[in-house]
Order: sequence, then structure tokens, then C-alpha cells
Amino acid sequence: MAVVEKKEKNSKEGKTVEVAFRSITKRFSPDILANDRVSFEVEKGTVHALLGENGAGKTTLMNILYGLFPPDEGEIIIRGMPTKISSPREAINLGIGMVHQHFKLISTHTVSENIILGLASTPFFFPAEKAESEIRFLSERYGLKIDPRARIWQLSAGEKQKVEILKALYRRAEILVLDEPTSVLTPQEAEELFATLRLMKEEGKTCIFITHKLNEVKEIADAVTVMRRGKVISTILPSSVSLEELARMTVGKEVISVVPRKTVSGKIILQLQKVSAMGDREIPALSNLSLTVREGEIVGVAGVAGNGQKELAEVIVGLRQATEGHVFLQDKEITNLPPRDIASLGVAYIPEERHMGLVGEMSVAENLLLRGYSRPPFSQGFWVDWEKAEAYSEKLISNYHINPPIADIPVRLLSGGNRQRVIIARELERKPKLVIASNPTAGLDVSGVEAIHQLLVKAQEEGAGILLISGDLDELLKLSNRIVIMFKGEIVGEKEKEHWTEEDRREIGLGMGGVRI
Amino acid sequence: MGRRKLTSFRVELSLQPTLYSVIFFSLLAIVLAFACGSIIFLFYHISPWIAYQTFFRGAFGSWYAFSETLKRTIPLLLVGEGLALAFRAQVLNIGAEGQILLGAVAATWVALFSGLPSFLLLPTMFLLGFLAGAGWALIPAFFKTRFAVNEVLSTLMLNYVASNLVLYLIGGPWKGKGVRGFTYTDTFPEAAWLKTMGITRVPYFTLLTGIVLAVGGYIFLKKSALGFEFRIVGNSSETAKLLGISEEKIVLFAMFLSGGLAGFAGVGEVAGIHHLLRHPDHISLGYGYTAIIVAWLARANPLATIFTSFLFGALLSGGDALRVSLGIPFQVVSVFNGLILFFLISTERLSRYRIIWGEEKAVERSGS
Repeated sequence: MAVVEKKEKNSKEGKTVEVAFRSITKRFSPDILANDRVSFEVEKGTVHALLGENGAGKTTLMNILYGLFPPDEGEIIIRGMPTKISSPREAINLGIGMVHQHFKLISTHTVSENIILGLASTPFFFPAEKAESEIRFLSERYGLKIDPRARIWQLSAGEKQKVEILKALYRRAEILVLDEPTSVLTPQEAEELFATLRLMKEEGKTCIFITHKLNEVKEIADAVTVMRRGKVISTILPSSVSLEELARMTVGKEVISVVPRKTVSGKIILQLQKVSAMGDREIPALSNLSLTVREGEIVGVAGVAGNGQKELAEVIVGLRQATEGHVFLQDKEITNLPPRDIASLGVAYIPEERHMGLVGEMSVAENLLLRGYSRPPFSQGFWVDWEKAEAYSEKLISNYHINPPIADIPVRLLSGGNRQRVIIARELERKPKLVIASNPTAGLDVSGVEAIHQLLVKAQEEGAGILLISGDLDELLKLSNRIVIMFKGEIVGEKEKEHWTEEDRREIGLGMGGVRI
Repeated sequence: MGRRKLTSFRVELSLQPTLYSVIFFSLLAIVLAFACGSIIFLFYHISPWIAYQTFFRGAFGSWYAFSETLKRTIPLLLVGEGLALAFRAQVLNIGAEGQILLGAVAATWVALFSGLPSFLLLPTMFLLGFLAGAGWALIPAFFKTRFAVNEVLSTLMLNYVASNLVLYLIGGPWKGKGVRGFTYTDTFPEAAWLKTMGITRVPYFTLLTGIVLAVGGYIFLKKSALGFEFRIVGNSSETAKLLGISEEKIVLFAMFLSGGLAGFAGVGEVAGIHHLLRHPDHISLGYGYTAIIVAWLARANPLATIFTSFLFGALLSGGDALRVSLGIPFQVVSVFNGLILFFLISTERLSRYRIIWGEEKAVERSGS
């Protein structure tokens, strides 16, 4: 017995603390407290999840670790040494690597060039060649398959992320910080990422994994620190808590997600007949696709990202030419009409890329008017009636709970969830007949997701037909009356249900993988 | 609480530059440029103090000096407000210099060779001058919209084409009959001369037009639907595409307006001051390039170009005084232009910071 005890003790001592945060406090302006006395420890050779809603202060804390800005109070201890990190370069020298949510890569350069960029050891001539063999070696070893000579613009989001990880590994990172890494990944790519993280862990490297997805915490993390409103709620073992408990810790209240759903037999709003279209690289993206959406119906489009969902949305709203086939809105053919005409016929569009839907530098009020500025009641032609617009935006801000409720600040200052509310307010306030929503809740926290779902359901109840494209199967099962599955530009399956079951989920999952159901 | 140590302050990143910080840093850039410029005077063994006195007197010291400043303000204002509009739509028209010259060429043709009746001369000169400048700008605009040719390069290169066109005309087909060895055209008939204020060389018409258009441009951007589209395209061409705004239309229109106003300014120079077509360097004094800084300093706000063009007008006439009184080459003005632009760009980021004096008690975030 004594021996066993001793062994246990030893193994406990064997665990060394790689990073310790001690009472980190950070204020951005007098009334925004991003981090409030944050303290926790990250052990060497573990994947440590940092869980919390948007605005919980996770990214701020990691930016402090990476030397992007100093904390107001508190200190960071790395491998037992109190450290003052005042620039990313110092952070890199300390073995800290960071994969930001938005990649910091130069799109016209090659993978190798991006990886060695900024290193002192880079030779003046042919900088990338020397590094190539090591990059190949690293990418083999960690399962990060990538061609070092490919140019960044040719890569998918998942591949770009691999480049960012390689960049950190090439710089001998011992601590890798990943900011919401799976938000840009398909389920398969996420699995690959997790495999890479496990390999790194085996070598004693440490990962800090920012996320707000509960399942991921369970799947990959050895420890989890939950943050809420800048404070640490708790640091625990993921295996010791249930998903429900984790969810409650993150949001501080029970998550309610009950959405009424009924079968629909209204008139057909949208009809696609054998539509084909090309993708961005002149490769066929849609082939012979037919689809209908009825009044008051939510049709979910399931599928792994990159199977033509984006092109489908763009063809309907007029941003992409259909090479064959017809698109009808009620009885009117809208195939290849200009986007503005399609919008004014009553088609709302919530684009996948939020920055496409908004002009960051413009005010909330101006962004709310992006659809209506050239038409009555806001304009009779040349001039825009800004007084009317101001009143209109005040109304929308309060109806859609846009926060902060200020009409004249640039929209880029809003959080992701509130920016999405601005888009949705603008699009739904027009009382559209048809809503095309592309991943409307991607990257939003639990309460943000709930709010967007309720707005979509409200539009449905008011009679709009909704085409909901989402990579999140749970979201589709929660909201859809009918689900179609897309694979390689075609619809490979369709299901209509009042109550979805685990069996449906499994079948749809198979369909997304290309199995016909 | 309430205690305030004068020595303690902190600097923090504010999310939005305030109007005051923008004005403060613009003025700071100008002051820093002048401070650095002092070094040049030391090389000439002239006290910077004397130099700046001379400079100031040359720009504002007398009614004559003031009128010389105004004279140079006018083309900068007309060109600058056009560029401000274009910059708002992210159309980087660097070719105003050439567009000015094209305006001057068109005006010269009307004045000397069109044979129009006297009363029609001036209106036609301004109309055709505007169209010539606009047309010259539409060449790069066409290549930008059709073949994605970078307008910075194409507009810049067309400046040299325009300059050589003028040189060819004044040395060849349009060379004046009575000018012997000189290369310029005959003098315009007096009906093609602009009226100036009193004995000064400040034409009423272009000055008033410039001010009216600055106000008009401001209202256009702020209140009109088309101005709104300018700003949408300038800030996010992706969003513009999504909304179905034709970026092509906006680029063409922005080029048309900025080129046209530059052409208009060119007419003002030949009709108001020179009364003939002469060497390109004398017609324009680099107004087309300086106007880029005028628009930039005004943060692409047409209304603010009234002040910034006046500032650079003063810089030009002050520089002239330096040349006449102290024998310092006129090119020193270009050095100042460069320094001001340099400091403007380098203080750009600073205007996002704000300094908070004394300790402030932070307020916890309230509510949810």
C-alpha cells in the first residue's frame, strides 16, 4: 500500500506546471473589465481547454500571454519563472505559439515563405528553400499534410490552420495557443486537428485550446477552465462533469432551447429546377440541383462545408450565375437577375461571411439602412432622409436587442453576436418572403445562438420560407421541418419529420459522408 | 478618490479616433515637419527663425501676400475636393496633375482656335476643360474596371503623357506667332480672361466655385444615396457586391468627378492667371500632387479641404518668398510637402490613442 501511495505521489510531483496565471486583471476602458483577477495553472503535456461565451475574456487573456498587450495587474509564470512578456517576439522566444482565430498569413506567398517569415535565421536569397525539408519533416511527424510550395490563397481554411500550427512548431513552440480552432473546420478536419494535438501532447508539448463548444472539451481536453464575464468560474477535469453542468457554468443559467415545429403545406415560395453553377475556381459546384421551399417552412441544408452550399445560396440571391436550370420565386423566374432586384422581390440573405453583410467602418444606423437607402420611405431618389433613418434604426436596435444600443458607433465595435443581430434586423425587418441563412450562428455563444434561432422561427411563423444552410447538425435538427443533404453539389437525400430522432441524425450523418439514403 | 496627481497619466487605445485627436495630430504633423525643415535652413546658414518669419510674411504678411496664398489655394481646393470624393470610394486617382493639364489644353483650344463668339468663350472653356480632365481620368478608370489595372500606376503614368502633350503643342502646332524662341502659345483674347479681385490675381469665379463645391461634396457624401454608395464601395467592395451596387459605376463616376474638377482647375489657371498655354511646370506647380496631400490631410472630407488647401496655398506662397528674399530654392516647398505627409502617416496610428491624466477609478461593468 505504502509503495502505491508513494508512486502516486511521485507521479503527481512529476507533473510540472508549464504556465500559471496569477491574478491577471485587464481593463480596456474604465467600464470594460476584460479579465478580473484570473488565476489558474496549465500543466505540461496536457490539452487545457479555455471555455466561455463570446466576451468572457478568453482571447484577451491569451493575447496577454502572447505579449500583444500587458496586464494591468497580476503576473504570468512560465516554467516556474515570473515573466514579463512585452511582445510576441518575446513570447515566441519563450516557446509560446499562437494560432489566431483569423489567420495571419500572406496570401500571395507560399507555405514555406509564410512559415519562415520574420525569423532572424532566414537567408537573404531564396529564403524558403532551406526551410522546406524541415517543414516537410514537421508536417509528416504531426500529420499536418501540406505542400510547402503551395500558395496560401490556394488553401482551404483548414489547410491555412495547419500552416499556422506548422509556423508555431517551426519556431520550437512548447506551448501552443489555439483560438477557437474548430470554428473554421469541417468535422473531419477537426478530427485531424485533434489527432495532431494528441501527438504533440505525447511529446510533452502543452496546448491551450479556446472554445465554446462543450463536446470538444469532453473530447480533447485534459483540464478545462471555465470563464464567464472576465472571471474564472472553475478549473476542473472534463471527465468529472456532465455537459449540462459545463453549459451551466459557462452561461450561468439553464439553456432553454424549445422551438415549436409543425408540418407545413403552404404554397411553394422557392423552386430550383435542375440548377448547375461553377465554383470560384471554375470547377462545377452545383449540378442539376432541384429544391423547393414552402411558405412558413424551414428547410435545412446539411452537408460538410465545401459541397456547394455557399454556391447554392449565392445562385439564389443572384451573386453567382447559374449555368443551367431555373430559379423561381413564387411564380416569377429570378434566374440570374441582379442581386438588388432579387432582394427587392423579397429575398433576405444572411451571408456566411459576416463581414460581407456589414460595412465595419460605418455606423449601426447606416448598416441597418444598407438595403433600404435608395427606396421610399427613406429616399425618393437622390437624397436619403437620414432623420427617418435614424428613427428607424432606433426602433430596430430596441426591437432586436442590439447592444450597445447606440446608433452612431461603427458596427465593427460590436461583438460578433450583435453584428449578426444587425444583419438579421436589417434583413428580416423587410418582411421577406424567403430567407437564405448561411451558417447564421457560426461563432456565436449560447445565448447569441438562441436569440438568432428565435428570430428565424418568428420569421417562419410570419410566413417566410427559410433555407437554412448550416454545418451544425444540431441546429438543423432543432429548427428544420425538412432536411436535405448536399454532397458534391448535389442533393443526395431528403427527410421530413415532426420529431427528429437519433436514428435520423445517424442517417443524415451518413448522407453527409456521401452515402445515399 | 478625487485626488489628482499631475504627474500620473496613462495612455490607452481608444476604439475610435475622436475629432479632436485627429485635428491635434494633424497640427502636430505640421509642427514636426516645420521643426525638421529647420535643418535645411541651417545648411544655408540662415537662422530658422528668420526663415520662418520670411515664410510667414510671404504667406500672410500683406494683402498682396494673402492674395498670392489664395491664388494657389484655388486649384488645390478644386482638385483636392475631387480627390477627396474619389478617395472615399477607394479610387486612388494620382493623375490629377495630368488632368489639370488636359483642362488647360482644352481651354486653350477654345480660347485660341474655336472661333466661338466672345460671350461663349469662358463657359465653353470651363465645360470642355471639365470634360477633358474627366475624359483623361476615364482612360485609367476604364482599364481598372475592365482589366483590373491598378489605377495608381496608370493615372500616374498618364501625367507624363499629358505633360509631353503640352510640350508638343506649345513647341509645335500651337506655338505663338509672336513669341520667337520661347515656347508658349499666343495670349488669349481678353474675353477668355477670368475677372480677378481688384488688382490681385485671384479669380472670383473659381474661388467661389471651389467653396460651393466643397460644401456640396460634403453634403453629397453625407446625405445622398449615391454618396452613400461611394462610401460603401470605399469601405467594403464585398458588401457592395452583395447589395448589388455596381462598383464599376462608382469607380467610373469617382474618376469622372475628380478628373473633371482637376480639368476645371486647369482652365482656371490658364484663364485666370497665365492667359496662355505654357510649360506644364508653370501651369500647375505640382498642384495635382500637392492636392493628394490636401485631400489626405482633410481625411477625404471635402469640407475640410477648404482649410487644408489654404494651408498648402500658404506653404507655396511662403516658399516663393523664401526663394525671392533668401535665395533658397523653391524646391524646399516640396521638402515640406514630403515632411508633412511623412509625419501625417506616421502619427496616423497615434490618433487612436488617448491620454488620460490622473488616476481614474475604474467602474465595474454594470448590468448585463
